[in-house]
Amino acid sequence: MAEFASLLEISGASKKFDGVPALRDADLTVDRGEVHALMGENGAGKSTLIRILAGVLSADSASIRVRGEAVAIHSAADAQQLGLRFIHQELNVVPSLSVAENIFLGRPYPGWGHLGLGVVNWRQLARRARTVLEQLGVLHIDPNRGMGDLSPGDAMLVSIARAFVEEEGGQSESSPRLYVMDEPTALLSRGETELLFEVIRGLRSQGCGILYVSHRMEEIFEISDRITVMRDGSVVATTATEDATPGSVIRQMTGRSLENAFPRRERNRTREPVLELRGLSNSRVKDFSLTIHGGEIVGVAGLAGSGRSELLRAIAGVDQVRGGTILLDGCVARLSSPKRAWQRGVVFVPEERRSQALVMSGRARENMLLPRLSSLSRLGLVDMRRERKTADRLARQVGLRARSPEQVVHYLSGGNQQKVVLARAVLAEPRALLLDEPTRGVDVGAKYDIYNLILDAAGRGAAVLMVSSDLNELMGLADRIVVIAQGRLTHDLPNDGSLEKAQLLAHCYGEQAA
Amino acid sequence: MIARDQATRSRTFGIWLPRLRRYGTPLGLLLIVGVFWALRPDTFMTVGNWLNISQQVSILGVIAFASTIVMVTAAFDLSVGALASLAGIVATVLMSQGAPVPAALALTVLVALSAGVLNGFLVAFIRITPFVATLGTLTIFGGVALLVSGGNTIFGRAIPRAFGEFGRNGIPLGVIEGRALMLPNLTLVAAAVFVAVYVLLGHTVFGRRLYAIGGNPEAARLSGIRVRLLTLVAFVLSSLGAGIGGLMLASRLASANPTQGEGLMLNAIAAVFLGITMSDEGEPRVLGTLVGVLILGILANGLTQLQINTYVQQVLTGSIIVLAVALGSLSKRT
Repeated sequence: MAEFASLLEISGASKKFDGVPALRDADLTVDRGEVHALMGENGAGKSTLIRILAGVLSADSASIRVRGEAVAIHSAADAQQLGLRFIHQELNVVPSLSVAENIFLGRPYPGWGHLGLGVVNWRQLARRARTVLEQLGVLHIDPNRGMGDLSPGDAMLVSIARAFVEEEGGQSESSPRLYVMDEPTALLSRGETELLFEVIRGLRSQGCGILYVSHRMEEIFEISDRITVMRDGSVVATTATEDATPGSVIRQMTGRSLENAFPRRERNRTREPVLELRGLSNSRVKDFSLTIHGGEIVGVAGLAGSGRSELLRAIAGVDQVRGGTILLDGCVARLSSPKRAWQRGVVFVPEERRSQALVMSGRARENMLLPRLSSLSRLGLVDMRRERKTADRLARQVGLRARSPEQVVHYLSGGNQQKVVLARAVLAEPRALLLDEPTRGVDVGAKYDIYNLILDAAGRGAAVLMVSSDLNELMGLADRIVVIAQGRLTHDLPNDGSLEKAQLLAHCYGEQAA
Repeated sequence: MIARDQATRSRTFGIWLPRLRRYGTPLGLLLIVGVFWALRPDTFMTVGNWLNISQQVSILGVIAFASTIVMVTAAFDLSVGALASLAGIVATVLMSQGAPVPAALALTVLVALSAGVLNGFLVAFIRITPFVATLGTLTIFGGVALLVSGGNTIFGRAIPRAFGEFGRNGIPLGVIEGRALMLPNLTLVAAAVFVAVYVLLGHTVFGRRLYAIGGNPEAARLSGIRVRLLTLVAFVLSSLGAGIGGLMLASRLASANPTQGEGLMLNAIAAVFLGITMSDEGEPRVLGTLVGVLILGILANGLTQLQINTYVQQVLTGSIIVLAVALGSLSKRT
């Protein structure tokens, strides 16, 4: 076998989605026996890169070398064939099958030899599954158990074990594999993480390469040899871990200064509190207290899974609230359903506009007016002239770029779809406006319009609570920024110019990097 | 992949396919009418025959129009046929026991409404998929019809004249084509139901909300729509239609047997699907359902006039349904 320097070499990888670059000319190499950490904010391009490697996405341009040979990866099977193994952050398991079956899912199950006619040898299957688990040092999971009975941590271990199944007659042990792990520890306890790290160290000593994606700074410094940081689709730097510090990594991740991407505004906070949360609690939100005044925009910063979306959903009556009270204009408001919330002027713009906000087959007009249909009708009958007039006005107000409000939402761009959603908020004249990632997947021009709409709502005295993964956005718009971690409010910071983005990001990651 | 498929399709089929999809079903209706007109010039295209067709399709129409309401929410109601049978049985059994006609009718409607509440409750609140829930209630309603009737057909003297004659009479239109014709009462009932459903789905807030639920239930819920309650009401209305259809059938036949509504369910759903092919967004509309009902009704009428064997009729009808829906999905935009 020819000697090769790197297990994996990617150069000049680019990818655009609808003309928006997600990956720009990215280079990355993973050497033999190396744990290579890949870091970056949400949307920095890590997932795009990994999905290209996995054969799920095809790059617009990229040259990929595996063990020194130029390769083309068109499908998951290609990636598998090349010795690339993927451990994804989400659990891709079938709860109704056994652990052993999940481990061998998509691979041939052991049978009874050539005369077995494809009948599964269950005992053999369980035995081989147990071997795989034992390799990982996982001894406490019985391969015959139902997947659905496992805790999330154990289920993650099983899903990791899947990457270690060797096919009979497949590649020989001597050609080391590349393991791509995308936040494998997200669901693991500290002990289980240790177990995984032992496995990773073992693989490293065998000459395998590991591309390790994580948001957890401490893990990165514990396990990795080199760190590559991505930002806005480009690779910013690759540094040996020993030469890096958490602070330097965060600087590389945030880099960019606040541009003039945000409209100027008058601070017009009133004295009266409009939305007050007192000890709000449910399964994902813990004892959350916060007061927002009229005209005030409060940004919510936190990592994915920190409970930031659940906070908004709890206020908006979407998720059940177990404890605490919500006050609206000083009075206790029982927002037990989305309908009640709308009636009280609490408007919620959910995270996923396609699945949660829009009827994609419906017209822009119908979507804009959906929550306010009754107020536009007479005795339950639709008043089409009034609807058209209102829709035209809203379309102008939100700067909708469509042929007309009669266009079907499906054919609008992401930015215009989001404007349709925000038109509801304009129409409702909300007292409290709850925004979850209001500009996700929205082009720059539409972003500016959306920021103006948010400022406008605040200008009319609404209390605005806005979740965003884009810290620049929070710092550009909010009066105050609160940090949420594991459902709890950990910081409440005035956004008066003294707040530093690196500091804020460090708060999101916990105090480790501060 | 999808993009490539589409490119291939548009090369193969050109631009006529999308148009055929939207207008194919009504064009098919005209084609069928044209063929029968050509083959039976003396009997098919007459006022008398059209009045006859209108009466023949009235029962299927009422059930299909009402089923459209449920299907707008992207659900199904498989129980409508069994419920139609049950309604006929309940009404005729009550009448045979000496209940006055209005009381029997009112009680039957009440039974239908309760059946709808049961369906809606199972689907919207217990969250059983509509297919399974209404498959279950289909069996229950069919069973109750057999129980109540003892498995017998109720007919003859047990049925008051007023009830039996309603389904055969109509408003006299005078002498046309040498015969005294009348506008059948059942046609009038179907027309009234059509108008009611047309207004309900197209011109009320309720109907608009049902379409939103069918398009995206989560978005509807987050927009403050009471998805579960409205779904339940949609099932109640569907059952009400089935109940009325069952009464119409019993009146027309002046008899009721516990399985006479069975065939109506599949035809009603087929009619709605035929109508869906006419909508750009793949949504059921009652006008489309009307076209679907007419296609099925006119086919039956014409093929019978041509004295084509009923078994062949069934094969032809099925093929036309599959063809129409296939054309619709082939050219469907993603």
